[in-house]
Parts: sequence; structure tokens; C-alpha cells
Amino acid sequence: MSNITPGDPGFDTGEKSALDLPDHYVDEVRFDPGEAERLTPEQERYFQASQWRIIWLRFKRHKLALWSGVILILFYLCVPFAEVIAPYDPNMRDSDNIHAPPQGIHLFDDGRFVGPFVYGTRAELDLDTLQWVYVRDEDAVQRLRFFCLGDSYEFWGLVEGRFHLVCPAEGGSMFLLGTDRLGRDVFSGLVYGARISLTVGLVGVSISILLGMFFGGIAGYLGGIVDSMIMRLIEILRSLPELPLWMALSAALPVTWSPLWIYFGITIILGLLDWPGLARAVRSKLLSLREEDYARAAVLMGAPPGRIIRRHLLPGFSSHIIASATLSVPSMILGETALSFLNLGLQRPAISWGVLLNEAQNITVVTIYPWLMAPVIPIIIVVLAFNFLGDGLRDAADPYKH
Amino acid sequence: MIAYVLRRCLGMIPTLLVISFLIFLIIELPPGDYLSNQMEQLRAQGETASIAKLEFMRREFALDRPLLERYAVWLGAMPGPQGFSGLLQGNWGWSFEFQKPVDQVVSGTLLLTVILNFTTILFVYIVSFPIGIYSATRQYSWGDYGFTLLGYFGLAVPNFLLGLILLYLMNEYFGVSIGGLMAPQFIDAPMSWDKFMSILSHLVVPTVVIGTAGTASMIRRLRANLLDELHRQYVTTARAKGLRERNVVLKYPLRMALNPFIADIGNLIPSLVSGSVIVSVVLNLPTVGPILLSALQSQDQYLAGFILLFVAVLTLFGMLISDLLLAVLDPRIRLGKEAAS
Repeated sequence: MSNITPGDPGFDTGEKSALDLPDHYVDEVRFDPGEAERLTPEQERYFQASQWRIIWLRFKRHKLALWSGVILILFYLCVPFAEVIAPYDPNMRDSDNIHAPPQGIHLFDDGRFVGPFVYGTRAELDLDTLQWVYVRDEDAVQRLRFFCLGDSYEFWGLVEGRFHLVCPAEGGSMFLLGTDRLGRDVFSGLVYGARISLTVGLVGVSISILLGMFFGGIAGYLGGIVDSMIMRLIEILRSLPELPLWMALSAALPVTWSPLWIYFGITIILGLLDWPGLARAVRSKLLSLREEDYARAAVLMGAPPGRIIRRHLLPGFSSHIIASATLSVPSMILGETALSFLNLGLQRPAISWGVLLNEAQNITVVTIYPWLMAPVIPIIIVVLAFNFLGDGLRDAADPYKH
Repeated sequence: MIAYVLRRCLGMIPTLLVISFLIFLIIELPPGDYLSNQMEQLRAQGETASIAKLEFMRREFALDRPLLERYAVWLGAMPGPQGFSGLLQGNWGWSFEFQKPVDQVVSGTLLLTVILNFTTILFVYIVSFPIGIYSATRQYSWGDYGFTLLGYFGLAVPNFLLGLILLYLMNEYFGVSIGGLMAPQFIDAPMSWDKFMSILSHLVVPTVVIGTAGTASMIRRLRANLLDELHRQYVTTARAKGLRERNVVLKYPLRMALNPFIADIGNLIPSLVSGSVIVSVVLNLPTVGPILLSALQSQDQYLAGFILLFVAVLTLFGMLISDLLLAVLDPRIRLGKEAAS
């Protein structure tokens, strides 16, 4: 067909024929482009869901990760409510029960149902080894009390309280995981220790995220010589063995500091060596997202760099950051445990799982009083749960990848 | 190839300088130094007589100078009170706690540290290689699940506790004496077959303990890499042509999956060295670990600094070896002039 421009002799005739009835069939019904593939309501919801919703939907399919999350939430309940959950003050010394073995919880006594109870113990001095031997007293059935008033405590050091989830019977004892060399209850120690052990990873990771985003951000955004210098530094830091440096740094913390400051010092130390990995991830993600069409469109529309980073780039990799941060929490928990175990970290009266393990430092303890190794169990559970959770989050983090 | 090796070694020099400076900063972090702390203690006890001697010693070790000068003197790039005498000249410093030069304090332990880390790396590779292949080729079998579970536990159990538990079990069931590097009767004995075997049996626990976490992650890595390769079309082609399954796996996909496996030494070595330090403390092994701990606790700065530098150099050399190994094994890595063009 030749070009028809206004003024041409053919222009008028062309206009006229268009207004006439066409010589081909046109359906009266409006054309619907989505007709061919009609979406079920379910698909509709999926395609219209926000990014975070899709992440959640994908994450939910990962059963192991989901249950790990639930377990972690249960563990984290110990952080705010340690005083209520623990039956004893973890620093209270019971000189009548030194190195007492765990008292198991029973339900039936002589085939008769009594509800949860423990058997009382009698201490006897073994004259050959000069050791206290604790004998189970089958007659002393001590029923546990629930939602009860027991030892008084100061909730968060502020409010006085006596309410406990579970208490020993009046005049009885309840050392579910035994006691240590000063008669301190190991189970209560575990509950209180969760407060430090579980938060150390989170605070440390937040520090590491801040540092990682900052250095990764400026390396990826500025590029050039800053980029190569930061990358070089990251390479060097990653090639250093972490633990000896952690040890050196925490040995440098002044002994005069209060436990709270030592705690913050340790978290900063843990975060200080962890950021290189995150920074590298941020940088590479930033570099690849910068080339995406939507980012370029924003640049062309005249959005300032700050807005582009915040509105368009950050949502793109925040899910990745969260996933990789989750995966680095366990190494921080283990790091704090190792430092406290070596006496370089926190010390009594501050309690963490590492501080508790400090009691299990030599082989005699492991053989004679194995219950002092009890903190290993929550450590393993929490570390495993964080690993599974992180794996699940990582798989769900990129919802548009199939 | 020689040019590449040289370039790679030269590239380590600035890295080493940065690391030595970082380490110097770290050991200088605590307020004061060993001698000034001792002086304060003496002053508090009213003993002023020996303070003059300590003052003299502080000058001798250039502790009264500003930070950067102290660093330069320690490094040997600047004349100290005894002229150029620092790390570069082979003087590793003075241990205040032991009243001996650092090299005399650590000399017996350096070799063992290297041996321990080397055997651990060997252990990690020897164990994770077949298991990784097995897990990838028999994906979702019971064995695969079993090893995955075991691997997760390896990652989760703190290695110093694993050390304690294994030590107890070894002693209980195999009668290997607890801690140390050899049975007590061999300590001063000349080298013999029995002594050698005793050392070997004592190395088993630490090697396994330090290597577990690394092995677990290596298995996961090799499994993932190999699985990626096994789904490629050339594997299907090889099968279609009637190659035996063993040859299909070993000949092509494994080779491809092997590179990241070797390159991963870079991540593996720092964690192994970390592990060996704390496990040595727990198992009472005569490596640099326990010495580092006591040096840090007593602020014996030059001793701590030297050990930190030593473990850092150890990891750097490990990475150098892995890079060279990779260059030999992978023809696609271009060396020297070819890389520039």
C-alpha cells in the first residue's frame, strides 16, 4: 500500500471506504486478551500478591524450615519470660544439693497415677571416695505445682514477683537437670542463659548487616578504586581465621566493664568479622540489579540515587540479606559459646550457655557429672533450627525465580 | 607457570603487610602493656626498687614510642633500640611471661600445628570426596539422607564439645590416654615405631573433631555441584552412547564439579585453623592454641601477635597452594600473558 497523506487525491476515498461497512466479519463481543488462559481465583491471588506474600507462600511449603521457625519462637519465649519459666534463681546456691543428679519427672508411683512429680533425694557421704552420693527416696513423692508462687525474683530487674510456671513441691526440690559444684540449678541456668545466647546472634547479625550494607553499598554504587579497595579488604578479612581474632579482641575488653558492656563488646566483636560475606553479597546483587530495566526506567524518569536505592533496589535484595543473615546467626552463637567457654567472654553472674559449659571444661566432669554438659542440647537444637530456617528462607527469597 | 607462581607470591606481600598491621592493632588494643601493668602492680605494693628496671626494659622494647613507630620496630622496618631487629630480620619478639624469646617458646609447637592442620585438610578431602559422589549419584536414597543428617549435626555441634565427648569415648573403649599428643611414657623417648603409632592414634580425635564441620560443608558442596552437572545434556548423550554409568560419572561431570571443590579451600582453611586453636585448648594438644590463650590472658603481646600472624600466614599459604593446584588442574585458568590479552 502506498503512503497516503492528507491532500492526496486518494485520501478522501480511503477515509470513505473505512467508514463503510468492512468487507470482513467483526465479532460484536469485546475482545478479551486474557480469555485464552483464564486464571483460577487461586492463581489470581498468587499473581497479584506482593513480593513478601509470595515469599511467605513459598516458605510455607518448606515444612522443615517452618517447624524450625516454630521451635525457635518457642526458644525465644525464654528471652522475655526467663524469670517466670525458670523454677529457681540461676545464681542461687543450694549447699545441700551440690552436684545433685537430675531428678526425672514421673507420672506414676507404684502403678498409681499422681500427675507430674519428682522423687525426693537423700544425700549420703560415701566414706571411700569422700563424695556426696544422692539416693532416690522412693517414699518422698513430691508433686510439682503449676502456675504457682515460688522463689521471689525481680522481673527484668524492675518488678518484684513470685509467679512461676512450675515450682517444686513445698519443702521439696526440683533439679530437672541437676546442679553444679555450687548447687546451682542447671535447668534454670539454661533458661536464663537463653537470654544472652539467643540475643547475641541477633544483635551481632544486625551489626554485621549494617556494616555489610554500608561497605557493600558504597562499593557497588561508587565502583572504581573504592570498590577495588573494599573488595581487597574483604578478601583479606575472609582469609583470616575468625576464632583466634575473636579471642584476641575479647581478651582486649577491659575487665572492669560491667556484664552488660561486655555483652555489647562481644556482639560488636562477633559482628566485626562477619560483615565481609554480607558486603560481598550486597555488592554483587546491587551491581546486577542496577542493570535491570526497572532501575534504568527510574533513572530515566529522574529519580535521585537515594530514592532508586531505597525504593527500587533495596526491596530486590533485602530478602537475600535476611536469608544469609539467618545463616550466619549460628556461627555467632557458637562463637559466643566458645569465647565464654574459654573464659574470654562473659562471666558469672552473667549467664549464657557458654558460661554454663565452662563448668564442663575438664574430662573428670564429663565422666562423673555428665549433666553439666546439658547446655549442649539447646545449642545444637537452636543451631540446627537456624540452619534449616536459613535454608528455607534462601530458597524462598527469590520468589520470581522458577 | 613459573611467572604465575611468582606473581601470585608477590601479590601476597601487600596482603601480609595489611594483616600484620591489623594484628598489631589488635594486640595493642588493651590499655597499657605487659610491663606498664606490672609496674602499676609494683607501685601499688609500694615496691619502687624494681620499677627502674622495668622502665629500662620498656625502653629496650621500644614500648615508650608512639603506635606507628612501635609497629615499624616490631616489623623490623625501623631501627629499634638494638638496631633493625624485627620480624623481617627473623626476630619474632620477646615473651614477657616466659622471659624467653618468642621463637624458643613456640618452636616445638609450630611444626605440630602445621601437621595437624595438614592432616585435617587431607581428612576432609578423603572423607568428603567419596561421600559427596555417593550422595549425588544416589540422590534421595537412605544413604544420602543419612549423610545429610550427619552433616547437619557436624555443623551444629560445637567442635570443642565434640572433642570432649570423643575423648571420653576413646578413653573408655579404646584405652587411648586422655589429652596430649602421645602416651606419657613416650614424651622423652627417642623416636620409635611405637612412639610414632602413639602420636598417630592421638591425632585421630583432633583430626576428626576439627574436620567434621568442614567435611559436612564439603560434602554438601560437592553433592550440589555434581548434581548440577549430572542434569546436563552431555551426560545424557554419554549414557545414550552406551557408556558405563561409572565412566559417565567419573570421566566428565566429576571433573567439572571438582574445581569449585578445590577452590573452596579458601573458605575451608580459616575455619579449620580456628577449630584447631580451640580444640587444642580442650584436648591439651601442644600446638599454638593453648599458648595463644594464655598469652592473650596475660597480655603477653608479642607472643600473641606472633601466633596470630603465624595462623594468618598458615591460611594464606594454604590458599596459595589451592590456587596453584587449581591452575595445574584446570586448563581453562589462564596464566600470565594469556590472561592479559
